[in-house]
Amino acid sequence: MEKKFGNDFYAEMDRIQRFYPNKRAMLLPALHAAQGERGWISDDTMQDVADFLGIPKTQVLEAVSFYHWFKMKPVGKFNLQFCNNIACWLRGSEELIHHAEQKCKVKMGETTKDGLFTISEVECLGSCGTAPVCQINNDYHENFDIHKLDKVIEGSR
Amino acid sequence: MNSEIVFSKYYGQAGVEGIDAYKKNEAGYTALPKAIEMGWEKVLQEVKDSGLRGRGGAGFPCGTKWGFIPKNSDKAKYLVINADESEPGTFKDRAIMTYQPHLMIEGAIIAAMTINAHMIYCYIRGEYVKEAEILEKAVAEAYKAGYLGKNSCGTGYQLDFVVHRGAGAYICGEETALLNSIEGKRGEPRIKPPFFPAAIGLYGCPTVVNNVETLACVPMIVNRGATWFKTFGPEKNSGMKLFCISGHVNRPGLYEKPMGYPLMKLINEDCGGIWRGRKLKAAFPGGSSSPLLTAEECNVNLDFDSLAKAGSMLGSAAIMIIDDATCMLKVAIRTAHFYQVESCGQCTPCREGTMWLKDLHHRLEAGQGRRGDLDLIEDICNNMDGTTICAFGEATAWPLRSMVKKFRAEYEQHITEKRCPFGGSAGHAHGH
Ligand SMILES: Cc1cc2nc3c(=O)[nH]c(=O)nc-3n(C[C@H](O)[C@H](O)[C@H](O)COP(=O)(O)O)c2cc1C
Ligand code: SF4
Ligand code: FES
Repeated sequence: MEKKFGNDFYAEMDRIQRFYPNKRAMLLPALHAAQGERGWISDDTMQDVADFLGIPKTQVLEAVSFYHWFKMKPVGKFNLQFCNNIACWLRGSEELIHHAEQKCKVKMGETTKDGLFTISEVECLGSCGTAPVCQINNDYHENFDIHKLDKVIEGSR
Repeated sequence: MNSEIVFSKYYGQAGVEGIDAYKKNEAGYTALPKAIEMGWEKVLQEVKDSGLRGRGGAGFPCGTKWGFIPKNSDKAKYLVINADESEPGTFKDRAIMTYQPHLMIEGAIIAAMTINAHMIYCYIRGEYVKEAEILEKAVAEAYKAGYLGKNSCGTGYQLDFVVHRGAGAYICGEETALLNSIEGKRGEPRIKPPFFPAAIGLYGCPTVVNNVETLACVPMIVNRGATWFKTFGPEKNSGMKLFCISGHVNRPGLYEKPMGYPLMKLINEDCGGIWRGRKLKAAFPGGSSSPLLTAEECNVNLDFDSLAKAGSMLGSAAIMIIDDATCMLKVAIRTAHFYQVESCGQCTPCREGTMWLKDLHHRLEAGQGRRGDLDLIEDICNNMDGTTICAFGEATAWPLRSMVKKFRAEYEQHITEKRCPFGGSAGHAHGH
């Protein structure tokens, strides 16, 4: 079969294959590896994953559309994922979101024109003792405040 | 009552997550050979005798759950670790996986061998990227040391462990949704009966699903005994416990206390009281799915039975503290919003109820509420209670109903004054 992904994808799939009794159960690991490589899950990526696992593309779509972590459209180089759940909100997350929107000149859910920043709202990140929290790509920024936010934004430009 | 610290001694320190540190600091991997020597009947009995109840939310007796796995079935058996940790307010499993991944792994190995499973899946929420990496490393160490693999502990028992990452869906913490998710499907809960995991679980096989913290208690129970474990906490609520405190206290964070510790003592002595010199208004004692306690009701002990008696629940021991400058309707909006976003949509009362609840709360908070809205909220909640496939229905209905019941005057004020008396504030932030 033609290789659609990089070597890391196939290495990871080889490593875990023996833990799963069928190909469909490898769907989430495959989607993680695919999104890790391509940044988001496009229609073509869904087809590539379906072909690799030998399952219908509809099954891939069903999963991708269900799980928030899989992005169905491209995101900015820095995805600012603000938790606005209860504990973060009690500690000022709304102010931070407001500030980020003004600073980046975009609204919640949007990406800046230069493709640098996406602002998104996520649910509790499991870091409520150090609220408010913002997950930027994979990294948690705890006890977040406007000063730290400015530094992140200015430092990334 | 015993108040020895058994979990959190090394939290916040660097370099404690490796296998060597675990062996040196915490008598790591001494429970496993001891369990093998005791034999699995005895291990099961010890866990039953300890009174250990599940730390994932429901408080189900752990030993009883393990005992449900059929002995004579020739089907494969599975152990699944629930590391989805998505109940708002909860951050304890993350600490265990960051600082003591081997404690959880050792507990899981003992559990797997007790129920005769040869495969362990650890389902960790997708956002915990760093924690998954730490876990992967620890698992590799356990393979290398011979605790996992073809010949676990030299007994000829094959045991494998895989870290399976979730992908951002609160409902996947519900155990049957979690199993569907591992199978590569949408995380939709299954109908019980017939889909009790012990009978028809992962890939249709008998399965035990246990929370991270539950399994982390197991090595200590094996090493130090059921009687020791029961020196922590009141009768039927034994053990030490990780409490997650967030919101308006001076020192939020993770606190290890014996079960039954008084909530007010935790707030005032351990957490330094309510911030900014304000007063306590209310608290969620067990995550956003637990009915809210008013300030007076916070005179309660933190264990399963005491909180149930107080009309709430211990849940995941996620205590969120709310000060008196906070608009309760705003808290309700955050709560309703969360459940609306996270409902899997299978059941009509849940799918539509969460939508209605969110809209109603928004309308009320904006000062556009109508007289009948408060009764309507209660009606919708009653309609979701006990009518749905999974407990998500109650997880939504109970807290929202408790808020409108206990803070009815404040809700009504929004209607009569046609505005938010707090200016829509969290006592800190200002609304959009
Ligand atoms: C909506 C919902 C969400 C849940 N989320 C979690 C979770 O994030 N982590 C967890 O351990 N249990 C969660 N549970 C409880 C699990 O279904 C299950 O009872 C638990 O994992 C069993 O482990 P234990 O007996 O060791 O507590 C959730 C339950 C429901 C109904
Ligand atoms: S109660 Fe809600 S979350 Fe649970 S199965 Fe029904 S629709 Fe899904
Ligand atoms: S509420 Fe934001 S991390 Fe939990």
